Amino acid sequence: MQVPAPFEYRRAESVDQALDLMTRLGSTARLVAGGHSLLPMMKLRLAVFDYLIDINDLHGELGYIVVGPETVRIGALTRHRELLESAELAAAFPIFADAERVIADPVVRNRGTLGGSLCQADPSEDLSAVCTTLNASCVIRAPGGTRTVSMEDFHRGPYETAVGDGEILTEIRIPVRERGSSAYEKVERRAGDWAVTSAGAALWLNPDGTIADARVGLAAVGPNTTGIPAISQALRGRQPSEDAWQEAAALASRHCDPATDQRGSADYKRHLAGELTRRTLRRCAQRIEG
Amino acid sequence: MTTTAHRVEPENNDHKPLGHGRMLRKEDPRFVRGRGRYVDDVQLPGMLHLAILRSPVAHARIVSIDVTAAQASPGVRAVVTGEALGEQGLAWMPTLSGDVQAVLATDKVRFQGQEVAFVVADDRYAARDALELIDVEYDMLDPVIDARTALAPEAPVIRDDLDGKSDNHCFDWETGDAEATERVFAAADVVVSQDIVYPRVHPAPMETCGAVADFDPVEGKLRLWSTTQAPHAHRTLYAMVAGLPEHKIQVISPDIGGGFGNKVPIYPGYVCAIVGSIVTGKPVKWMEDRSENLISTGFARDYVMRGEIAATRDGKILAIRTNVLADHGAFNGTAAPVKYPAGFFGVFTGSYDLQAAYCKMTAVYTNKAPGGVAYACSFRITEAVYLVERIVDCLAYRLEMDPAQLRLKNLLRPEQFPYTTRTGWVYDSGNYEPTMRLAMEIAGYEELRREQAEKRERGELMGIGIAFFTEAVGAGPRKDMDILGLGMADGCELRVHPTGKAVVRLSVQTQGQGHETTFAQIVAEEIGIPPDDIDVLHGDTDNTPFGLGTYGSRSTPVSGAAAALVARKVRDKARIIASGMLEVSVADLEWRKGAFHVKGDPGRSVTIQDVAMRAHGAGDLPDGIEGGLEAQICYNPSNLTYPHGAYICVVDVDPGTAQVKVRRFIAVDDCGTRINPMIIEGQVHGGLTDGVGMALMEMIAFDPDGNCLGASLMDYLIPTALEVPDWETGFTVTPSPHHPIGAKGVGESATVGSPPAIVNAVVDALKPFGVSHADMPLTPSRVWDAMRGAARPPI
Repeated sequence: MQVPAPFEYRRAESVDQALDLMTRLGSTARLVAGGHSLLPMMKLRLAVFDYLIDINDLHGELGYIVVGPETVRIGALTRHRELLESAELAAAFPIFADAERVIADPVVRNRGTLGGSLCQADPSEDLSAVCTTLNASCVIRAPGGTRTVSMEDFHRGPYETAVGDGEILTEIRIPVRERGSSAYEKVERRAGDWAVTSAGAALWLNPDGTIADARVGLAAVGPNTTGIPAISQALRGRQPSEDAWQEAAALASRHCDPATDQRGSADYKRHLAGELTRRTLRRCAQRIEG
Repeated sequence: MTTTAHRVEPENNDHKPLGHGRMLRKEDPRFVRGRGRYVDDVQLPGMLHLAILRSPVAHARIVSIDVTAAQASPGVRAVVTGEALGEQGLAWMPTLSGDVQAVLATDKVRFQGQEVAFVVADDRYAARDALELIDVEYDMLDPVIDARTALAPEAPVIRDDLDGKSDNHCFDWETGDAEATERVFAAADVVVSQDIVYPRVHPAPMETCGAVADFDPVEGKLRLWSTTQAPHAHRTLYAMVAGLPEHKIQVISPDIGGGFGNKVPIYPGYVCAIVGSIVTGKPVKWMEDRSENLISTGFARDYVMRGEIAATRDGKILAIRTNVLADHGAFNGTAAPVKYPAGFFGVFTGSYDLQAAYCKMTAVYTNKAPGGVAYACSFRITEAVYLVERIVDCLAYRLEMDPAQLRLKNLLRPEQFPYTTRTGWVYDSGNYEPTMRLAMEIAGYEELRREQAEKRERGELMGIGIAFFTEAVGAGPRKDMDILGLGMADGCELRVHPTGKAVVRLSVQTQGQGHETTFAQIVAEEIGIPPDDIDVLHGDTDNTPFGLGTYGSRSTPVSGAAAALVARKVRDKARIIASGMLEVSVADLEWRKGAFHVKGDPGRSVTIQDVAMRAHGAGDLPDGIEGGLEAQICYNPSNLTYPHGAYICVVDVDPGTAQVKVRRFIAVDDCGTRINPMIIEGQVHGGLTDGVGMALMEMIAFDPDGNCLGASLMDYLIPTALEVPDWETGFTVTPSPHHPIGAKGVGESATVGSPPAIVNAVVDALKPFGVSHADMPLTPSRVWDAMRGAARPPI
């Protein structure tokens, strides 16, 4: 049994109370939601906090999926399992179900949350790639009010986000656009492992069948929170085709910065960034065709 | 010798055989209800908890250790360093290979994770928190991480604790005939050589290692609950090391959550728990955490091999030669019989009829965890089988021969048994071709090759891999084998109670193998008492006869033979009592399982239960017969047993991502007489899953500074149900001629046989790229390298 260093523990009863506690305790405190990243890090004593504020009782306030005509809003405490099982979400953005099927295992998915995943900001994290792909924005609440930031601004680097001391990520907002679809693919060494590399893609078509827009979000190959504008530029106005996907794949390989580690060599990951970009864009097009 | 071949079909296990046969495991009700009792479940009044401070670096001199703050930490009862142990002569302990290992480091730390100090405190948290307060000053030394550089003149000397040691050489070992082998190689039509690495892996049992030590200063008695596969051997070693009288030591190995060789050695933590209990006068529990288990306990493999094979142009294999560099880590902690420093690697000649063979091995020290014990390796047979089955496939590639046909052409023939190999091993029995043919039949081998040819036309990557293995298990004959002077025989004791129920006491210890069922069945087969009426006791040195424990697939070959023979002894006595009861001569009795019948008058009979009551009753017994119905035995095997098997693996490789999918796996095993087929299948399934792990994902890696990169199960991957196919198994039965019931060991067969089958399949899939070898672990990245002609060793 691995045991963490001593800490104090509070269960928040409301978002306001959690904010109040976080404001008072500052950087010595951490929110715990699903706990599947934070608690192992604390047990390994890679992370030490004096206080844990447990927000799991706030699921009523922060756990929801609302699919509107222009925006999908997802509460930060929405659990992986809820994302996986939401038919409405899958209809709007099939990328979520694609990704959730390959995130960890059922035990983790029962507890882990969307907000926790984004705030952990692990470079291999799947939902960050999904949110990047979908051009999501993040609603951050502070005692003085809320602000909304893009994924690009949300991620400050590995394990670092725009959420400051005394702030809480409360909601993810995803714009809904017509004639679009999305997909996600991941290569892992074993079921439940972090990605060697993964790619999300979203594609939108014009009424004439040409590409209106495309975005690609990569995981585990360096910072990728922009959706790779070069791919959008290269594909807009073109017919969906293997040539187009090939060009996007080449751009994805170029626009990433992987490192060699136990999961794979940098060259291999760069190759995968392209290969998975091709596969996910192809699937987007197939899904739009129905 | 007759061999029968069978394909395993799904079966109902709900039988109640009066002896051998398929039946549910007697131990499972407590496990499936969560009522198993493991070391960590042991709670004693006043028990304290121990935590170990480990070295953060691979190689450094200890300048100073300050424990003042830790001693003052709340709840702390004792802080002990190597210096303090040294004052009691306990800072170093012998390993199973005759080397010494530091219990707590005194002079230097020699691997990351090495034990430096320990804290005993009121609870686990207080003990762990106090570790952070121990201040150790290290003077960093260059580490030796790559075994290939260990013997370089400029390499730092790791074992400067050994008198006069000026290099990192551990031992040299050779077997076979170098000159004869050279002659065959020089004259051969074809010679193929290949560098082959078997990377360091870890047994990673679900339960980590731990102990509860309870020293009673009044009685002078030590009770030690510990995660050990060899409680009796451990007791003797504690007596020899600590100077405690052996009758005052009781080692109890309760339920064990997997061993795989990991729980054969004595670890410093066990000794620390004992010292902690003596120092504090309280029971002390030490349970290592997952990271400690992965970074500091017995690893396996770590062989850098060069394999060479000589053959005729038409595929007759003539000779095999190998050169091995063995990485033994910082201390030589290998568990192997004394005369076998490389374990049973000598069976690298495989299942083939050779003219010559030779192996030269050099073992070195490196700044890595000690061990090399096992992981279900049958004393290094895993490495040997991998080498021979890989190099045979390399030969098939060179000769452009089908690997199945090449093997069929060279397998030993049944009339050659008992067969003495070119390295001196006497294979007891074998009938290889039917085993191979059955595997090919279940696989639909010819159809698979047709499918593969079609897929290759379309650019799809499908591979078919074969491995044929012979194992040497059941150590071992006392004339050849001992561990630190302890012979490898096994005791067994059987006692039949007045009402005809029985208790059998074993010297071996189950870690999941199902001894409580299998051994009840062995006894039941011999004396006709139902297995449910036979209690199997094991794991407690005060209540079981001496023996060397469970590892190297030795339980059934050695202890299983003891159980059968002790039951026959009891039956012989029962026969005499029965003759008195039936008033006929012994010769007039006929034994039908469970009862003695009068020949010619089968209606007159007494059951074994009747005899048991008479044995303990008030009536007369035949002249010279004592009351009671029990016997004891110590069995010394005359030879090892040699199970064999044919495995076929089918993989698909994604050409775009290089991911390997094991689509099918066919395993045909021959372990002689099958006592409980369901248990055998379970062991085969588990071993095959192990094999998928080793072939595709497992490796304990180190960075150049000696930091272990596999310190958690997020970093050290073990396979899940999603990585394995539905296993297709079959079996042939070629009994062992010298084992009383013809049984051979099987626990490690699948772990030994599956990695080469899987690797051969992946390499076969990559044949269109001109790939003839790729080393494990075959992660997607490494497979992709191989596809581009850039395959490289993992270390």
